[in-house]
Amino acid sequence: MNNNNEKEQQSTTHKIGIYLWIWGLLFVLSFFSYMVDWYQFQGMLRWSLILFFMFLKAGLIMAFFMHLFWERYALVNVLLWPMTAIACFIFLMVSEFKYTVFTRFFYFVVGG
Amino acid sequence: MSDPKIEGFDLKPGFSGMAKDTASDQTMFKGVHWGKAMMWIFLLSDTFIFSCFLISYMKGRGSTMVEWPNASEVFGLHVFGVDVPLLLIAIMTFVLITSSGTMALAVKYGYERNKKMCGWLILATAIGGLTFVGMQAFEWSKLIHEGVRPWENPFGAPQFGSFFFMITGFHGTHVTFGVIFLFIYAYKTFAGHYDEGKRGWFTTMKGDYVEIEILGLYWHFVDLVWVFIFAFFYLW
Repeated sequence: MNNNNEKEQQSTTHKIGIYLWIWGLLFVLSFFSYMVDWYQFQGMLRWSLILFFMFLKAGLIMAFFMHLFWERYALVNVLLWPMTAIACFIFLMVSEFKYTVFTRFFYFVVGG
Repeated sequence: MSDPKIEGFDLKPGFSGMAKDTASDQTMFKGVHWGKAMMWIFLLSDTFIFSCFLISYMKGRGSTMVEWPNASEVFGLHVFGVDVPLLLIAIMTFVLITSSGTMALAVKYGYERNKKMCGWLILATAIGGLTFVGMQAFEWSKLIHEGVRPWENPFGAPQFGSFFFMITGFHGTHVTFGVIFLFIYAYKTFAGHYDEGKRGWFTTMKGDYVEIEILGLYWHFVDLVWVFIFAFFYLW
């Protein structure tokens, strides 16, 4: 048991600096994404900035706070590949809402 | 974090290691505590639930013919005579990130068997979570006073209310349960259950600081979901 713990300690602790760095970066990125709204950027610029900061924050949290960066690939891949199913679902629903809004305009506004 | 030496022999890194782990006759997630693997599987399923909510929100918002309420005005606050857009949401975001940081440090100190620091940091995390839930309750009551209902609201498309209450409510429920468990784990840490290896209530598993990491995974996930809600619901 003791031996086991010693082994675990070697691999499971990291220097405090890495956590503080990620923490600080998350604050800065959140501040930036708030600034997107503050300055009222519009259109493609707004959406690309929102997505950029969002994915960066999500990636940092998962990689370092949730330790995925240090995990074995067997676990990481089991967790990340199912996300492609979500991407497919998003793709399907985008074409679905485009069709819905088209029919609504066609029948309610244009009159069929 | 998985320990490549925990199974008693060296494991290969990278994709060849993954192929070997997956094809091996024994455990697939080598060096990963079973509780941690199960928490990850749970979080994966939770990801799908939240994705379904956010995708249905996307579909509802995309297919409505009425203008969607302007989030930065709806969630703005009037402080000291100035209208600040999204102020409350920004503070909530910072509070949640702060609590996520303290949780990450609690996990680190837990593995270093630093009972005091670990306990205090979990307590700080719990208080951050409690603050978040409190501000969310304030936000809800403010919007309900302004006439936002799941079926109508004075700002625009009627679907806004149902998506708002469903998504933030489900997330708030997660935070609430997280806070309850954080308080329990803070008590267990201070009481030394993880040093002595005391068994939990519903398990024969001996107490170990890996439980702090499992709780930490859940808490970071709550923060992770908020990153997506903040981007899609409040900023978009």
